[in-house]
Amino acid sequence: MLITLNGQPFELQNGATLVDVIRALDLEGKRYAIEVNEEIIPRSEHSDYLVKPGDDVEVVQAIGGG
Amino acid sequence: MTHEASLKALHDEPLIVAGKHYQSRLLVGTGKYKDLEETRLAIEASGAEIVTVAVRRTNIGQNPDEPNLLDVISPEKYTILPNTAGCYNAKDAVRTCRLARELLDGHDLVKLEVLGDQKTLYPNVTETLEAAETLIKDGFKVMVYTTDDPLIALRLEEMGCVAVMPLGAPIGSGLGIRNPYNIQLILENAKVPILVDAGVGTASDATIAMELGCHGVLMNTAIAAAREPVRMAHAMRLAVESGRQAYLAGRMPRKLYASASSPVDGLIS
Repeated sequence: MLITLNGQPFELQNGATLVDVIRALDLEGKRYAIEVNEEIIPRSEHSDYLVKPGDDVEVVQAIGGG
Repeated sequence: MTHEASLKALHDEPLIVAGKHYQSRLLVGTGKYKDLEETRLAIEASGAEIVTVAVRRTNIGQNPDEPNLLDVISPEKYTILPNTAGCYNAKDAVRTCRLARELLDGHDLVKLEVLGDQKTLYPNVTETLEAAETLIKDGFKVMVYTTDDPLIALRLEEMGCVAVMPLGAPIGSGLGIRNPYNIQLILENAKVPILVDAGVGTASDATIAMELGCHGVLMNTAIAAAREPVRMAHAMRLAVESGRQAYLAGRMPRKLYASASSPVDGLIS
């Protein structure tokens, strides 16, 4: 299925969860936060959260800033 | 009195932000450094306890082995202050703060900045007020970046912001404290900490802010863009401490004419 990941089209297998998205980004074990369709999905729900075709997924991290 | 005892007598209150005590009155950003190692060393040299970070999309395909900023600037050691830099409206700023809270396990201290345009990065005050209201209702502790307008500063304080941070000059400009009189007017009314945020270019600028009575100074570019950032971080630490002590000591009055420092009695002629 096709989703939007951080503003870009991204191909994901059907039935994928947010943990699969994190795995695809090589972010396992890192600090990140996820929004799906502008709603924050708490970390505790990532493994159960099923991504749907067309979902707009944002994954953010902390970077240098002032 | 020994040197240690005399230093002890120079007691100072801690900086208190949202009920938490800090010994350092210098807050620093983590942007624009050469690499994470330089970031780490500069922040250590600054003595800062509150450190700002930005929240951004993860780049697809970025090097996964690269260390994360929060591995270097650990939330166990520092109070992390996520900012809303790059947000030009209240909605994006609120969204960024909520993501930051999730990212930092419920940590609710944020630096709200809503910008007006890319050329000046001047605060958009109307959007800032709107975002502050939403965030405070949502339980955030808001340290707010704003203009040096005394009425707006007071309004933000009355709304419940835990610190008000007027600019000294535009972000990254290094122009120093352009309107010390406005900063003084803001300080006169304030019951929450007032920190100069943005505009500091060199150590004397930070000292001036503290001599005015500011409770702290927040800076990033002045350190990161120095030829030797780690040394400048150290200089800024001294500058903030120095300005604070001078403020507490109370400067001598200015006089138009000279007043001899040596006694006039007992001259040989």
